[in-house]
Amino acid sequence: MKRTPIYGLMAEFDTPTDLVHAARRTYEAGYRKIDAYSPFPIEELAEAIGFHRNGVPLVVLIGGLVGCASGYLLQWWISTVSYPINVGGRPYHSWPAFIVVTFEMTILCAVLAAVFGMLALNGLPMPYHPVFNVPRFAFATKDRFFLIVFSTDSKYSSVGTRTFLEGLRARSISEVPS
Amino acid sequence: MDERTEQLTVGNQAPVIEPGHTFATVTDKISSIVLTRPTSNGWLIGFGACFLLTMILLYAIGYLFLRGVGIWGINIPVGWGFAIVNFVWWIGIGHAGTLISAILLLLRQSWRNSINRFAEAMTLFAVACAGMFPVLHLGRPWLAYWLFPYPNTMNYWPQFRSPLVWDVFAVSTYATTSALFWYVGLIPDLATLRDRSEKLWAKIIYGILALGWRGSSRHWSRYETSYLLLAGLATPLVLSVHTVVSFDFAIGIVPGWHTTIFPPYFVAGAIYSGFAMVLMLAIPIRKFYGLEDFITERHLENSAKVMLATGLIVAYGYGIEAFMGWYSGNRYDSFLLWNRLHGPYSLVYYALLSCNIFIPQLLWIRKLRTSPLGLFAVSAVILTGMWLERFIIVVVSLQRDFLNSSWGMYYPTRWDWATFIGTIGFFLACMFLFLRVLPGISIFEMRTLLPQAEVKE
Repeated sequence: MKRTPIYGLMAEFDTPTDLVHAARRTYEAGYRKIDAYSPFPIEELAEAIGFHRNGVPLVVLIGGLVGCASGYLLQWWISTVSYPINVGGRPYHSWPAFIVVTFEMTILCAVLAAVFGMLALNGLPMPYHPVFNVPRFAFATKDRFFLIVFSTDSKYSSVGTRTFLEGLRARSISEVPS
Repeated sequence: MDERTEQLTVGNQAPVIEPGHTFATVTDKISSIVLTRPTSNGWLIGFGACFLLTMILLYAIGYLFLRGVGIWGINIPVGWGFAIVNFVWWIGIGHAGTLISAILLLLRQSWRNSINRFAEAMTLFAVACAGMFPVLHLGRPWLAYWLFPYPNTMNYWPQFRSPLVWDVFAVSTYATTSALFWYVGLIPDLATLRDRSEKLWAKIIYGILALGWRGSSRHWSRYETSYLLLAGLATPLVLSVHTVVSFDFAIGIVPGWHTTIFPPYFVAGAIYSGFAMVLMLAIPIRKFYGLEDFITERHLENSAKVMLATGLIVAYGYGIEAFMGWYSGNRYDSFLLWNRLHGPYSLVYYALLSCNIFIPQLLWIRKLRTSPLGLFAVSAVILTGMWLERFIIVVVSLQRDFLNSSWGMYYPTRWDWATFIGTIGFFLACMFLFLRVLPGISIFEMRTLLPQAEVKE
């Protein structure tokens, strides 16, 4: 694999509006390997860079179904097969009594899937990342907004992309060393 | 006026966040409490006092392990005593945190953004206090893991038809969910602290905890989905937890326990006491840390309204209990009512009615709803009242059941009190530590409240 010394070009913006507009125009200009960074969630931003669907809901659904099935089967197996207790001839498979634990197990597994699934899809934890090489990027968790075009993008060229980003009213543009 | 500004200043109410703030000032103001503000003497004294109480708790628990539950006032017929009273009280307090962070999020009540973080922390510590009591009450607490289903050489499994086993699942799921919900909410703020702190060790610790969060829009998109789903999952969960706690009573046949009104009435009571605790914490916090810009009169007033509404549901619960005691024609149920009103614990019952029903009606007065001192006092009364309610439910029902020959009295011992007061100290000590090392208000959610966070087309 070819090693690229430059990870990408990063443009800094002052307001969320500028960032969203810039991200849209970058996407429209044909750049696909781009990302944007903001100190708080901006609904329009993911749309603007062409990220429409994420896998979290499916992961949570699977987690919930696994929790539900395993919770119920565990109680069924324990109460009828492994450790049946005859209480005045009542049925071993007394499903109404199993609902509470089934429900709690559904929630528990869905919650675990929601948290760890989200982190896994995001590739976190990842203590090191090239974007942290830009000193100004420390403000991405405070009050600044960033747009990056990765050097792996097919349209990327160090001069052309820089000129393009300059046309987007960026406050400053910096190269991200890889 | 765009939608966001409109939300912030509805009618003549106080705003959710005072005008004039920017992303930078919100960030600096909240993070400086943790990063740059020196540890004050007030904090040291407060934490020290709570730490001493925590030591009393450990002493009481140590002695309990040595001697057994006989050091408490429990006996036959009153086998449940303070341990279960405190368990239900603490877990009820814990409910407000999830209610604020999950249910109000789904209902798009953006005013919750400034109180959800410490309310969630409060939930976590309250659930920790609650979880201690049933385990200490086991008699052989070192065998607490027998409550969980795990393969063992005794060929034994828990009895899944018992509400006590349901409780184990409900409370442990609740504790796990609130811890994760709280931590997920903290990740972007931990990244802010990582980038803002000057000291290397603080950068390293916050950096590890932030998991390398960098605010990518793809990450935010998954984060928001996950956060919403967590809220959606936590909402039925929080309602189920106190429902299951009430099943511990309602599935039994003891008069005063065996009623179908218990689940909704317990949930309302839980939210009632939880909001009282939120106010008792929010009022001093906003005062001492100068956070009146973020925790405004609007928050105090809204919380007071929630207390008023849930308090009326609780009052309805008491009314129905009394009505059914008479209307059912069941002699044990009507005797229970008589015993509450005229029995040996009648003073406790009257105190309960005053604390939970009569005094909170003062909240109809708008002036009181916006007065921090007045609200603090009413909240203290409500918390006392809710504790008395659990005392009435647990002790007064058990002390005189079906047979006169098995009647008895229950008197708490000094070890009961030491354990109870100790958990209050433990709870507050945890809150002190939390406020010192983590942002007590969610920074990134406060940024979204600002008018400039809106994307203009």
